[in-house]
Amino acid sequence: MKCLEEEEQFKARVMTEELLQHPKEQNIKLPEGSIEKETTTLNLGPTHPATHGVFQNILEVDGERVISAESTVGYIHRAFEKIAERRPLYQITPLTDRLNYCSSPINNMGWHTTCEKLLGIEMPKRVDYLRVIIMELARTADHIICNSVIGVDTGALSVFLYVMQYRELIYEIWEEICGSRLTTNIGRIGGFERNFNATAWQKLERFLKEFPKALKEFENLLQRNRIFIDRTVGAGPISAERALNYGFTGPNLRATGVDYDVRVHTPYCSYQDFEFNIPVGTTGDVYDRWLVRNQEMWESLKIIEQAYRKIQEFKGADAEVYHANVPEYYLPPKNEVYTTIEALIWHFKIIMGETNIPAGEVWHSVEGANGELGFYLISDGGRSPYRLHFRRPCFVYYQAYPELIKDAMLADAVVVMSSLNLIAGEMDA
Amino acid sequence: MELTNDHIKQRLTEKFGEQVTHFTEPYGLLTFEAPKEMNLKVLQFLYDDPELKFKFLTDLQAVHYPNDAGRELAVVYHLHNMTDNVRLRFKIFTDIAVPDVFTATQLFASANWMERETYDFFGVNFVGHPNLKRILNVDEMDYFPMRKEYPLEDQTRSDKDDEMFGRGGTI
Repeated sequence: MKCLEEEEQFKARVMTEELLQHPKEQNIKLPEGSIEKETTTLNLGPTHPATHGVFQNILEVDGERVISAESTVGYIHRAFEKIAERRPLYQITPLTDRLNYCSSPINNMGWHTTCEKLLGIEMPKRVDYLRVIIMELARTADHIICNSVIGVDTGALSVFLYVMQYRELIYEIWEEICGSRLTTNIGRIGGFERNFNATAWQKLERFLKEFPKALKEFENLLQRNRIFIDRTVGAGPISAERALNYGFTGPNLRATGVDYDVRVHTPYCSYQDFEFNIPVGTTGDVYDRWLVRNQEMWESLKIIEQAYRKIQEFKGADAEVYHANVPEYYLPPKNEVYTTIEALIWHFKIIMGETNIPAGEVWHSVEGANGELGFYLISDGGRSPYRLHFRRPCFVYYQAYPELIKDAMLADAVVVMSSLNLIAGEMDA
Repeated sequence: MELTNDHIKQRLTEKFGEQVTHFTEPYGLLTFEAPKEMNLKVLQFLYDDPELKFKFLTDLQAVHYPNDAGRELAVVYHLHNMTDNVRLRFKIFTDIAVPDVFTATQLFASANWMERETYDFFGVNFVGHPNLKRILNVDEMDYFPMRKEYPLEDQTRSDKDDEMFGRGGTI
């Protein structure tokens, strides 16, 4: 009797193991004359230093050559779209923080601008420029990580440690503005929670002064580095046509030679007032992606400097504007809440989510650090969205990964993965 | 010649006549509907037509309208013509009892995971999809969580009167 039970338990365990395994294409038979008879199954992830996030890749390898790959995502799925259906608009901002958490401010601003589009709020120019500064800092911070991690995965750890202190400077600027560093929840619908203080400006000036030198040195360490070039040129290339078919956007698409940038094609936050170039590559391999991101950091610096100058030009009352006049959505100043009844009512209504939002259907997208971040918001006139969908760029383009690493070396598969700038939080929403 | 919403609309009505309906332009984005059997024909036409060239699938997702009998699930495609920088939104509606919709994976490789996600959360059955299985939720899940019949908070709680705070009802 006991023996039977054990047998059943054993059966159950085997069943589960079978379920966990990839149903087909496992241990593919290799042709005659190969050293091995069949391929080896290798799990890259869910927690592996090379994935830089929680997702799994089941690779079939023949020696060091990748024959096929299958990706599994969803390990940190948090049902943001469902949660958003029960939240007033302002409470959705912290959810967007946790998409691409390497550049949360872009997600925050994208969400604010989506709401402002739905509500029809006209934004003052100064707020737009402040937002542009924040977003370009975020893009720089994101590219710093991604590009230096490509360095790490090719064996150059020092560049990563070297530029990391400049990301720290960016985080300190954000900290001065909104109080937090990683998941920023920066700004409000209708503007910023407070004006940039003198320390924030000083820190920005310091960043603008110090970072170009560091970026130049970072560039010198990798761009013409023989080892780096050997490892990255020709790794994981993709043609422009395939990239478009796979829904690539952002630097990964531009590395294939398509000059598509949401900032230029559908300007938001007054990006049309700025002069900058869209860097493009040719072959769409790891090296081109690295180069495009590197050049984008220079362009971002240019944009930040222009925005900084434009903000200096505001005089008098205009120089103090940091939000639009939308009492239904923008929290009144605390001293007024305590002293006037009108401000108290607005405060209560906003915090309790009691303001109905107009019915409408909005698509809005911004140029996230790794691609086109889209928001599809349907409102039926209630207090929270009827449906909210995030177009997460890396969820869309990560499906190309098996094609990118087919027949590549295992070490290349790792580099290709880090060059795609995959953020698990964004993929799984 | 500039590709305007009116022109796109005209091209579509020339080709499909009465079958493309409900043209609207919320926030300037051309939106229209077609019967669900027509989805691939419309997408293919938009893709191949030398003037329209909607060759980029920006996004694909579903919306659940539980009170709209026979049209409970909407599948929404956001397409982008990158040459002329024009976007459009194309919707099909399906009965929730027979949520079969043709897959767009033959046309757009990017539709693969987007359709898996839509299936995962809404149960839209994409006919012809090469690998239609759950993507973000666990494989053992036996319901489609983004449908409106699954409320986010426990509706039976009596210790908390959400009605006062605008969170009542079934949404």
